[in-house]
Amino acid sequence: MACKKCKSEPAFTLISGEKLCKHCFSHYFEKKVRKTMRQYELIEKGDRIAVALSGGKDSSVLLSILAGMWKERNDFYLFAILVDEGIKGYRPITQRFAQKLCRELGIKLYIISFKKELGYTLDGMVRKLDKGPCTICGTFRRYLLNTEARKLKANKIAFGHNADDEAQSIVMNLFRSNNAAAARLGVINGIKKDARFIPRIKPLYFMLEKETTAYSFLNNLIGEFKECPYTQLAYRGQVRDMLNAFESRHPGTKAGILSAFIETLPILKEYYKPGKEIAFCSKCNEPTSGEECMACRLLDELRKKK
Amino acid sequence: MKVYIESTGKNVSVKAPSVAALLKKLNINPVTVLVVKNRNLVTEDSKLNDKDNVKILSVVSGG
Repeated sequence: MACKKCKSEPAFTLISGEKLCKHCFSHYFEKKVRKTMRQYELIEKGDRIAVALSGGKDSSVLLSILAGMWKERNDFYLFAILVDEGIKGYRPITQRFAQKLCRELGIKLYIISFKKELGYTLDGMVRKLDKGPCTICGTFRRYLLNTEARKLKANKIAFGHNADDEAQSIVMNLFRSNNAAAARLGVINGIKKDARFIPRIKPLYFMLEKETTAYSFLNNLIGEFKECPYTQLAYRGQVRDMLNAFESRHPGTKAGILSAFIETLPILKEYYKPGKEIAFCSKCNEPTSGEECMACRLLDELRKKK
Repeated sequence: MKVYIESTGKNVSVKAPSVAALLKKLNINPVTVLVVKNRNLVTEDSKLNDKDNVKILSVVSGG
């Protein structure tokens, strides 16, 4: 069967069953991302957007699309931040790809590392702490991205999270009965506005991982394949496999999860809205839900184990 | 037909008339991969023959 739009050789089958050629698929992908950005007003005039770039396909696709918009509109500023967690055999490869991509797109790239900022690599932390690697990594990545983006005067951080990532997070929070964490999800993260907390936007929110990978392949935005060595250890990996098995048998499962979640999200956000003032860590003054933030708690634990 | 599987980094030799049949034979969930035939991304109904150069790309996030 040929491309539904132009009758050329098809390259991709959408969930609806429609087949599209490489050009029509790229057009469909960009149109859908731009629709999300318009609908949720993700980029406004005067914004300084920091893209959280890993050099993987999702953030590379995001940077490429935003760079295209920046050239067209020129009424916002765009740059990228890469966090080098210190994962042997993984991050150096994606970092090289990120540097090459930024050079090609003319985007300024800032690189910060766990080792330099915190004194430990992620590999070192995993050996010392009795916590899941993704919990440790996520905590410090968010912490460093927020502090670095604020230092660089960004007012939004753009993440390459896709529909698969979000569906996994929704299901994980459901399985763990953690509605408070679910309330922090959505196309725009965060419940409360404060100058110290930079809102996070997710322009690829409605794009399936398979669609993002296809776009990255068709537009030469794919580097050498490297899966994070910690991925399989994560609870998320198990949820991902389960959802993929369901999606295969019942196409549209992930889109259904997202759609149902978005309907209830305003209620969750209202219910879990913090008090008048957002809380700040007594040690580092970064936003937190408790007395001391998770990053400071983990750092204390690391120092005690020296 | 020689098939390269990106997630394992291995080449395998398989006979299959189509992409869908190939994935079924290799017990790979089509949701988790893209198939490239002779450098072009193809859909599951694409026909295959012994001379095709096939790559199976993983769609999982790098982390």
